[in-house]
Amino acid sequence: MTVRWIRAALAGVAALTLGLAGCGGDDAPAGTAGGGRVTVFAAASLTETFTRLGRDFEAAHPGTRVTFNFAGSSALATQISQGAPADVFAAASPATMKTVTGAGEAAASPVTLARNQLVIAVPRGNPRQIAGLPDLTRPGAKVALCAEQVPCGAAARTALDAAGVRLTPATLEQDVKGALAKVKLGEVDAALVYRTDARAAASDVDAIEFAESDRAINDYPIVVLKRAGDPATARAFVDHVRSDAGRAVLTAAGFQPPQA
Amino acid sequence: MRTRDTAARAARPARRRPRVPLALLLPAGLGLLFLVLPLVGLLARAPWTTLPQRLAQPGVLTALWLSLQTATLATLLCVLLGVPLAWLLARVEFPGRRLVRALVTVPLVLPPVVGGVALLLVFGRRGLLGSWLDATFGVTLPFTTAGVVLAEAFVAMPFLVIAVEGALRGADPRYEEAAATLGAGRWTTFTHVTLPLVAPGVAAGAVLCWARALGEFGATITFAGNYPGRTQTMPLAVYLALETDLPAAIVLSLILLTVSVAILAGLRDRWVGAP
Amino acid sequence: MTAPPLLDAHLVADRDAFQLDVRLRIAAGEVVALLGPNGAGKTTALRALAGLHPLAAGHLTLDGVDLDRPDRRRWVPPERRPVGVVFQDYLLFPHLRALDNVAFGPRRQGADRSAARERARGWLDRVGLAEQARRRPRQLSGGQAQRVALARALAVDPTLLLLDEPLAALDAGTRLDTRAELQRHLGGHSGATLLVTHDPLDAFVLADRLLIVEHGRVVQEGDAASVTARPRTDYVARLVGLNLHRGRADGHTVRVGELTLTAADRVVGDAFVAFPPAAVALHPARPDGSPRNVWPATVTGVQRHGDNLRVQLDGPITVAADVTPAAAAHLRLAPGQRVWAAVKAAETHAYPA
Repeated sequence: MTVRWIRAALAGVAALTLGLAGCGGDDAPAGTAGGGRVTVFAAASLTETFTRLGRDFEAAHPGTRVTFNFAGSSALATQISQGAPADVFAAASPATMKTVTGAGEAAASPVTLARNQLVIAVPRGNPRQIAGLPDLTRPGAKVALCAEQVPCGAAARTALDAAGVRLTPATLEQDVKGALAKVKLGEVDAALVYRTDARAAASDVDAIEFAESDRAINDYPIVVLKRAGDPATARAFVDHVRSDAGRAVLTAAGFQPPQA
Repeated sequence: MRTRDTAARAARPARRRPRVPLALLLPAGLGLLFLVLPLVGLLARAPWTTLPQRLAQPGVLTALWLSLQTATLATLLCVLLGVPLAWLLARVEFPGRRLVRALVTVPLVLPPVVGGVALLLVFGRRGLLGSWLDATFGVTLPFTTAGVVLAEAFVAMPFLVIAVEGALRGADPRYEEAAATLGAGRWTTFTHVTLPLVAPGVAAGAVLCWARALGEFGATITFAGNYPGRTQTMPLAVYLALETDLPAAIVLSLILLTVSVAILAGLRDRWVGAP
Repeated sequence: MTAPPLLDAHLVADRDAFQLDVRLRIAAGEVVALLGPNGAGKTTALRALAGLHPLAAGHLTLDGVDLDRPDRRRWVPPERRPVGVVFQDYLLFPHLRALDNVAFGPRRQGADRSAARERARGWLDRVGLAEQARRRPRQLSGGQAQRVALARALAVDPTLLLLDEPLAALDAGTRLDTRAELQRHLGGHSGATLLVTHDPLDAFVLADRLLIVEHGRVVQEGDAASVTARPRTDYVARLVGLNLHRGRADGHTVRVGELTLTAADRVVGDAFVAFPPAAVALHPARPDGSPRNVWPATVTGVQRHGDNLRVQLDGPITVAADVTPAAAAHLRLAPGQRVWAAVKAAETHAYPA
């Protein structure tokens, strides 16, 4: 009696586990699957553009299928070095890319797909009349920056240092979307975010360009990974991103082309 | 009856321990394994050689201290507001009680980040109450330590209310009647009889509440932001360390884990009076 | 009762199954027992007196003060009534020592901590538990817990003392001692005392007067002697161990169904007849001679009853008869056996219904 129960329970647990694993395998084609399938791990700031580029690529190459995993670059890098099945990795900073190439996961040297520049995001209408970085140090001004551990925070630090501006932010956000949200909700008067993010939120925030931003430009590197199941298609996708058509999509979103 | 009880208790050690059925033991073991294995993973990957230097970094202790402070304050706030709420739910019949009980669990269901946004919409600079607080008292809660306490209390309160309400429902209300016949009004009855009777439930709820507040991340970073020494608690420090330095994140997690387990184990012996 | 009673109550309260409707008067120093089967409404009456159950109608006046009078919208909450209660399972506060359980009431009455403890110590001493003052309820035996509960109820110096089945939770041996002890303390209580119980022995020993309650109504009232001698319901007859029948009397004869019984008393009109089972003699054939009450019966059951056997009989009337084992053997008593039952007129009591 007892033995039969245990057997049934074990069978149930096993079936459940396998079933769940099976589901996962079905939906997220592994890098090893091959056959015209590409799984791309891309930085969260690439969500809109890459989704578009993926559709274009599938249309141009019938029979292929591109799936995405968008998240913070660092989280993606950790997932890849822990063996996640990815074919292509697009990061928001060379530093994050380095943790993947350093672990020997890349099939080639990364190339820059685009660059992103910081802007000062302010609530729509710019009620505090902010014109540049020095305005952020005004008494009572609340500013959100990204934490220095994430690329937009590192870039903000570089820009502030270049401008010789010392400021105590109200918060150091975990990512650029967090900093932007604080502006949208009116909790801070300004935040240093990427131009692309400010443009995507144009209905709520205004983007103020500032002189020192060209000192803190962020490169977005992309690379085909060593464990890619169908390296040819993966390379084809990277080429598509870097083609003129791909570049047009990126530029429309606020990215700048990579330096020649 | 009481004397018979004592007799039975005295006889118990002589009896053999009851056999635990395998059908329970096996899933119980699997369950424990499932909970403990991730901890083993953390321990296995911990950078033991560089541990002392990492512990000595100034930001670590600041974040730990802030976490302990805010979690404790949040628990106090929850006890202060949650115990009376639990009493109301357990002891007073009022229309819409089922709805209120369901509302209490909202923070459990809400993703913490959404909870943080919701708190901003109420207590933020432009929030429903926040704008009034700012205009009247010049008080702003976001990006302050008080904001951290508020965010943690919001997320942790249901644990306390549910535990205390359960304890109150289990407590025999006739003790309260006995107190009334001895001349105790409702408030005295509550403080002198009801509360001591459900003290173990309150303690258990407070422990759960404290643990949840200590681990709080989403609502805190959304509502109170992240600034070292002011609003950066351990979970926030862990998350940001994860961006660049996995070993550092593991060390921070282990510190948080060790300290909280030590405190809870210490409290259990001292206060909760576990058997 | 010449002096106005200390407690004057007409308790009308709604319960799930029926309505409680009981008139109750208790003089100072008097102990009244509310005796009845489970679910008769005894506890509801006690709760209404304590203020734990509101009256639907009627009134409750204690020492000239209305504590509950729905028609005048008057209601005094339990904590402001001069009432002490000993609950069925005592409900001693588990987190307080015996001393502080007893001191709880005096504290609420405004005594400071040391004065309240002093009073509590006095009461514990009186119930013989000075030694156990520092114990918590779960460290007390059943009898000790009962005495602490009594001390706690008396420590508030109540005008009305209520006891809800005070001995029901005790085992037989403890019950005997505790009952005697309780009788002593109740005797010393100058206020009114109401005892609720389903145990006739408790009621007979402890109370001056009995109120028998069934289905929320008082069915009989009187002291122990009159109740035991003249039961008026089957429940009371069973309690006191009498055969009870109702019929129509005409002088010394009472007609019960088809049977006419001759009794020692003279009654006219509706009447009860009662006789003890031991007065019923069984014969294998119709007896000749003195007994005037004789009828044929069929044995329906035989059980042990003390040293004797109790025989259940069916026939023109249903009765119980007590016989010695020797007599039973002689008669070869077994269910289905046909016998003749006889009761002497001298042992048959008749009284107006």
